This record gives sequence, C-alpha cells and structure tokens, in this order.
Amino acid sequence: MAENGIGASVRRKEDNRFLTGKGNYTDDINVVGQTYAYFVRSPYAHAILNSIDTSAASASDGVVAVLTGDDLAEDGIAPLICGVNVTSDDGEPHRAPLHPALAQGKVNYVGDHVAVVIAESLAQAKDAAEKVSIDYEVLPAVASTATAAEENQQQIHDIAPNNMCYNWPFGDKAAVDAVFETAHKISTLDLINNRMVTNPMEPRAAAGEYNSGTEEITLHVTTQNPHVHRLILSAFNQLAPEHKLRVVGPDVGGGFGVKIFVYAEELVVGWACRKLNRPVKWTSDRTEAFLADAHGRDHVATAEMALDDQGKFLAMRVNTTANLGAYLSTFSTMVPSYLYAFLLAGQYTTPLIYSEVKAVFTNTAPVDAARGAGRPEATYLLERLVDVCAEDMGLDPAEIRRRNFIPVDAFPYQTPVVQCYDSGDYPAALEKALQLADYDGFTGRAEEAKSRGMLRGIGLSSYVEACGIAPSAAVGQLGAGVGLWESAQVRFNPTGNVQVFTGTHSHGQGHETTFAQLVTEQLGVPIENIEVIHGDTAKTQFGMGTYGSRSLAVGGVAIAKACEKLIEKGKKIAAHALEAAEGDIEFVDGDFTVAGTDKAMNIAEVAFNAYVPHSYPEGLEPGFDENAFFDPLNFSFPAGTHVCEVEVDPETGEVEIVKYSAVDDFGKLINPMIVEGQVHGGIVHGVGQALLEGCQYDDDGQLITASYMDYAMPRADNVPSFDVDYAPTNPPHNPLGVKGCGEAGAIGAPPAVINAISNALGVKHIDMPATPEAVWRAAQSAA
Amino acid sequence: MYNFSYQKVSSVADAVEAMQKSEDGKFVAGGQTMLPTMKHRLASPSDLIDLAGVGELVGISVDGETVTIGAMTSHAAVAASSEVQAAIPALAKLAGNIGDPAVRNRGTIGGSIANNDPAADYPAAVIALGATVTTNKRDISGDEFFIGMFETALAEDEVIVSVSFPKAGTAAYMKFENPASRYAIVGVFLVKFIDGVRVGVTGATACAHRGMRLEEALNKTFTADVIDSVELPIEKMNADIHASAEYRAHLVKVMTKRAVEACA
Repeated sequence: MAENGIGASVRRKEDNRFLTGKGNYTDDINVVGQTYAYFVRSPYAHAILNSIDTSAASASDGVVAVLTGDDLAEDGIAPLICGVNVTSDDGEPHRAPLHPALAQGKVNYVGDHVAVVIAESLAQAKDAAEKVSIDYEVLPAVASTATAAEENQQQIHDIAPNNMCYNWPFGDKAAVDAVFETAHKISTLDLINNRMVTNPMEPRAAAGEYNSGTEEITLHVTTQNPHVHRLILSAFNQLAPEHKLRVVGPDVGGGFGVKIFVYAEELVVGWACRKLNRPVKWTSDRTEAFLADAHGRDHVATAEMALDDQGKFLAMRVNTTANLGAYLSTFSTMVPSYLYAFLLAGQYTTPLIYSEVKAVFTNTAPVDAARGAGRPEATYLLERLVDVCAEDMGLDPAEIRRRNFIPVDAFPYQTPVVQCYDSGDYPAALEKALQLADYDGFTGRAEEAKSRGMLRGIGLSSYVEACGIAPSAAVGQLGAGVGLWESAQVRFNPTGNVQVFTGTHSHGQGHETTFAQLVTEQLGVPIENIEVIHGDTAKTQFGMGTYGSRSLAVGGVAIAKACEKLIEKGKKIAAHALEAAEGDIEFVDGDFTVAGTDKAMNIAEVAFNAYVPHSYPEGLEPGFDENAFFDPLNFSFPAGTHVCEVEVDPETGEVEIVKYSAVDDFGKLINPMIVEGQVHGGIVHGVGQALLEGCQYDDDGQLITASYMDYAMPRADNVPSFDVDYAPTNPPHNPLGVKGCGEAGAIGAPPAVINAISNALGVKHIDMPATPEAVWRAAQSAA
Repeated sequence: MYNFSYQKVSSVADAVEAMQKSEDGKFVAGGQTMLPTMKHRLASPSDLIDLAGVGELVGISVDGETVTIGAMTSHAAVAASSEVQAAIPALAKLAGNIGDPAVRNRGTIGGSIANNDPAADYPAAVIALGATVTTNKRDISGDEFFIGMFETALAEDEVIVSVSFPKAGTAAYMKFENPASRYAIVGVFLVKFIDGVRVGVTGATACAHRGMRLEEALNKTFTADVIDSVELPIEKMNADIHASAEYRAHLVKVMTKRAVEACA
C-alpha cells in the first residue's frame, strides 16, 4: 500500500483552503460592472396573475431592468424541465405542467418567481422590488399531501386532473392480495414521512457573465453537476448552445441533493446577463432557501405485511401518497417511484411486494431528491413495519430480522422489486451492531433509567440502499433522460505531477483527497503532487456529477481506468527507454522495472519522455494523458444495522439519544476518516428528521417554518458520540470493491430513532419529527 | 434593510435628546432582535441611537443586599461575573444560557427586558426576584414593568439605566427550550425568600408573569408534589407549532417542580 493510498486516513487536502478562509464560493465571485438580481416572489400559494406593473420599479434608483415571464417567453427561453419519465397507470406519461422560470399568468406556491429586479446594488434591487405592483386573484390553496387528490379539491394545473401527477402501481397485486387472504398474521402501519428543508450551509447562488466578443455565457452556480446543468440549460431551456455556455460549480458549501437541480433563478441569471450585457449575481438569502429550494420527503403511506406463524414475511403491500409540490423539479418524479418502491424489499426475502404510489401536486415548493432520496422513505416505512411485525408476533426485533434476512450465500440476490443486490452479509452487520450497542445489557440499563423516572428504549434499523447510480441502460429503460456513467482524465505534466479531472463534483465530501489517494495508490506518485480538478465545464470533460453516493463507486472507477491506460502506455515507453521487451516491464509503486533486473524508470521520467519524445517508441502517440469513462454494471448496495438507544423524559417528552451504534457495509474504504465523517453527518441528518425537522405549511399554503426560529436543525448537543464500525463485503461488479457512504446514515437513522422511542414508550408508532410535545402526548396515552 | 441614520451617543442625556429629535427613533441596546428585524425589512426606524458607547450603563456592582447590573451589560459579562455567581447563581446561569455566544456577547440585559419578548429569559428573573428597573426618569418595580407582548412600562424616550436585584436566598431557573430557536418554550424562575416564594414565568403567556397560583401553593407547602394540584389557566397560554397551550401549562408545572427540587 502506498503511504497515502487506499485505506489511509489522509487529512483532507482541501481543508487547507477551507479552514483558512480561502475557499472560492459563487458569492465570492465579483466582477467589474456586476449587477444584483432580486426576485419578486409570490406571497400567495395559489393565485392568478392579472397584471404586473413594473413601471415604478423600473424608474427606481439604480435599476437596470425589471423582467417578467413575458420577457422570458419573448426571448424564447423555455420552461424548466423534469428529466425522468414515470408512466402512470393509465399508460400516459406523468403529468408535467409548464414550469416557467418567471410566472406566466399564475403562481402556484409561496416563493414562486414572479419577476426579477436587476440593479446596481442589492439594496436598490430590494427597494425596487417593493415597487413592482402585482394584481393577484387569490385562489384556494392545496397544501396537504393526504387530501390533495381528493375529489372536489381545488385544481392546480389543468393538465393534472385531481392534482395527480401519476399513479404508479408496481408488482403483482392479485398475487399479493391472495397471500394476504390466507396469512397467519397481518401487521399494518400508517405513517408519515415528514417534509424536510435540506438547508445546506451555503445558500444557492448564481453569477452570470456574458462576453459579447465570444458570445459566451459563463455561469457560476451552486451545482453538484456542472455538465448536467449546462446540458439542461442548453438543450432544454435554450439558454445558449453548449459550446457557448460555460458552467462552473466552484467551491460549494454542501449540496445534499438540493443543488442537483436546475432552478429558475439560475436560468434567469444566465439569460439576464446576456440580455443586459451586464454581469448579474444572485445569492439566495435563508428565507428564500426555505421558500424556494426543492424540499425533501413528504409521504403519507400505509404499509402491510403478511406473515406466517414463524414470523416469516410472505408479502408486503404499500400504498403511498407522495407530494411533489407545485411543479416538477428536475428529478422529482423518480424519487417516490424508482428510488423508493425498488428498495421496499430491504434486507429481507419477502417474495412478493405490491406498491402503489400516487404522486400529487400541491401549492407548496417543489419536492425533489434530498440525501437518500426515496431510500430513506422506503427504509423508514419498512423498518418501522418490521418492528410492528415483531411486536405482533411476540418476537424480539433482532430475531424477526434474523429470520427474514437474505442469507449470505444468496448473493447476488434478485429482489421482487427489480434490484439485484450485489453483495451483503446482513447477519454479520446485525450481530456486530448488537455487540457494539451491548444489546444484551439493555434490560439492565432500562431498569436503572426507570429508577430515575426515565423511559429507556432501544431500536434497530437494518437498511439497504441502492447508490453508485447507475447503469445507463437500466435507468434509460426506466425513463431517465440521461446516462449515469462517469468520466475521468488523468494528465501527467512534463515535470511529473498529475492533474486528475473528474466529472463528479465535490461539495464537502473530500473528493480532492479520496481521489488523490486512488491515484497515489495506483501510480505511486506522491499525494502532494496530485491535484484533483472538478466543477468547470471549460476544464473537465463531460461528466454526470455527484449525487446518489456515486462519486467513488462510479467516478472513482473511471479514474482507476484512466490510470490503467497510463500504466499500459508507460510500459511501452519504459520498454523502449530500458531496451527491454514490453512484456518484461513490471509496474510497482511508481517504478517501471525490467523483471528480474535492477533497471528501472520512475513514472515521472516516463511522463517526461512522453512529452519530450526524442527517443520514443515508433508509432506511439506522444503525451501522457489518458481519459476513461465508466458505466457501472449495477447499482451498489451499501447496507448495515444501526442501533439507537434513547432515554425519554415522560414528564416533558424530551428525547435524549444516549447511545448510537452503526455497523455499515461500504465495501472497501479508501479514506476511513472521511467515511466516518460521512457516517456521522448522515446519522445527524437522520436524527434531524426523526426528532427535529418538520417543514409545515398552513391551510393557506403559507410556509410557517420559514426560518431557524421555527425549523429546528440538529446541533451537536442533539446527538451523542457515535460508535461506528464496519462489516464489509466485496461487491463483485465494482472494480474498486467500493460501495457508497454519503447517504447511508440519513437512510438508516430515522427508523432506528423512532423504533427506540416507540420501544421506550411502549407505543406502536409515533410520527416524525418526534417533538417533545408529541412524545409527551404519546407517553400520556401509553401510561 | 431600509435606510436610517445611525447615532452613537456617549451619555444617557444625549441618548434621550437624540430620541426626542428623531422622527421614529429606536434605541439599540445590543440589537440582537432589532437588527435582524430590520434586515428582514420588518422594521424601519428613522434613527438608531446606539447606547453601546454609554459607559455609565455598563457594569455590575454589589452593594449590601443588592446586585445592580448596568443596562448595557452583556449577557456574557453577567454569566462570567464572579459577583453575580456568588450573589445570585441562578441569574448568572440564566444569562449564560441565553441564545448563542454571539448573542451573549452583544445582547444586554437592558435590551432584553425593554424588548420584552414573550420567550425571553431575563423577564422571569426580574419578576421572580422582585427587581427594580431604574431608568433616567424613575424606578419601576419588576412587577409593573412588563405589560404585554413586546410592551413595557417604558416611555418612548425613557432609557433603562440599570436593574437591581435583591440577593436571593435560594433561586433556580428551569428552562424548557424551543428546539429550533432555543428560546424558552417555558422558563420558570423560582426564588425562595425568607418571607415567601416568588415565581416568574416566561414563554407561557403574552409576556412574563408572576405565577401567583404556584406561589400560593408553595407558600403553604414548599414541595414539588404540591404543584400537581395547581390549576393553571390554559386559555391564557401561548400556543404555536412547538407547543400547545395545554402542553405549555403542563411544562410550567414541571419546570416549577424542578425549580423547587433545585431549591430544596
């Protein structure tokens, strides 16, 4: 192993600039002549726009322009798109209402974009925005997920009768129903998966600049996928041809999914900078982030499990209503469908699963992928249901899981819901987690807590998730508009240092370190001589970006493949220089050697030879610079068991997480320190959902949790120190043997926490977020 | 934020004069509520008269049985004061748990009580300890200072100079925090004086109030159990997405019981 190679907890290379304030974020970009955009947003959830009068605003001090949806349409800028088709049960594609970047005739949620004011200063833009006079004809709002599709509801979009985007059944209903008819026991559970506002630390921003000489737009934007942004803005929104549009995602302060999507503000900034021939910058404030970032989750579901007399799962039936908000965000439709229903088998051998997903429109912000995207919803539903099954069967929650686990020798395992799991050892992770959590000692701890008047509970969550997305053919069959391969270029400079260009994007994950570790391991170049470059369509080759815990499992493999090509080429160059046969050249730790001799040449010398090919193999191209694309053969399936132990104060309903143990299978770890950080962050995200974060709209569609005064994000004192360990298996289809770790915590944690609380209180269920009052009420009813 | 004129004054007299001359001026005493409100364009004072440079308003002194805290003394200074810690430890603890470090270093006791946020911590202590609020015009009893939501007995041009707290026999502050804002959903400041118990309750109603029913019960028997039988007026309790009126009423009792236990 190279000193800083695979398996080493190398300190993050990028932290030098982040910790010394030298990061370069979109809002840090300032150019001469810059103007500031401020969006006039709808204060109403649902209204007809009778008229917009911009005259007073246009005359306001410092205003460069006030633009509306009419201007956008006049210039041929096309509406925002949703890139994944889901076919509804009537055989028709999902209903996709027009989603103009600036409203055209109607607004559909509080925060919807009505006009943009562009001025010499932000303060002037805000002053002028107050002078835009809008005649709204307010309509009743649809704000509730559960009732959005009921008859006689207010209709939001003409194209979507009953506010339905799609109804998507999956599985053999008749076969499942038949099993339920004769099952020994049926366990049922109604639950809500609470809506979340993702809240990356850096709010979204966009800075556009137009060069009239080259006719090129440069758009700096908070993105997880600059090339995808460029592709969509160019091919679908008609902003500019791809070669005349440069999209840069510079340093980005957290994404968690929310920065995958192409948003109205970004398109408008790109368009306005050319229209006005002035640089335009927009930075979201936190209130705008609450109102207009894509939200996450928001399901209402009923789950049923049919069991035999041994507690074996025979069939599962799930009915889900998923709120997609007012419009379809970029990948919204796939989240409650493919990323959800296909994970409902979990770690179990349940042979038959039927799921029906009703996706509805409401007068709320668009809902799309957020850390885990569909998989947290599936896992929460299943792992809560499994605990209800255990209770109904009088089995220990660990025991019912053991009885239903997919056995180790069954991998690769074809589930009844499309996915074929790569590798796994679920019993190993469970037993290790139980040990880490001292599961057997729980009763004693619960008794001790009881003597202090506290209720102690323990909860398990055995999750599996599908990440490392994804095989292009598979997602294409499902209706995705893109392929999900990844690209890399590994370029030696003549002096022997290396630039690695990746199509993925790092926004906190530490790719600049992890990827450098892959290269130092493979090529033997010291890690300080390796620079990872990402995020700029003018620098990096086309790539699909970062989401779905794919960067290492897909992007990392592309880097490894480019390195392999360099080694192959290097052998030819070294053979020529060392006057040996190519077949006799071995490559070890950065040196090409002639087997059985002491003749050797470092890879840096080989690189030099490739750029100064004075003595060089005949017919071989000069240069030492290779690229590779990798299209994965399968998703990757991280899995594990998390154990949460809580203490509930029955007098106040306060929940304290006193112990949290996680045992995960992420395959091989490249940088264990970074992986552990991802696990910690993911768990905190999940704890936030379980205990604190509840995005709420009132009946009029007003967002009543629009600030940190009312929307509770998890803080350090909400969580204990975590006990983290691993139970790795080797995914056979992944050349690096890696899975993905970015979302696992957020997927595994919510059911572990709620199972622990339900256990502490002795109740069947409590919805998330389990706020003190909710827990107190549950404690009252249980007492 | 709208435009305003900013004036930094160096004496109380100058502050009052500046206020009288302004069209719609506001004193700034730390600005931890004022400035965010202005940033959201929810307030547009013509003038901000900053009291931060008024030296006479800063400082802590202990004189016999009284702790006097200058109005512009920061929460952090109160929390760190060995004199306050010795005289009224519960007050130092209260100050040390307001907001976050930034708020504690900029926010002041005068600013907090003049703002009279229904969920602020200090008002509970002012009421329970029977503090005296001294202004440029008069002394106001703690019982009469807080009038309603964000409303106090202060006149427009009245400046708080200091707050004087009698040294408490035994006191405790129990706060149940809003998980989002970390303001008090309910906070109970309980003081056991030689001649009786006083209870200040914040967070529960439109503004901090004396818990007379709780005091009555505790003056008969100073035990936590006695609180169980106290009936609190649920209809007067605040209700929001974080806590219903019923839950708040319950929490007032629980926090009171815990304060009693801490004082026992």
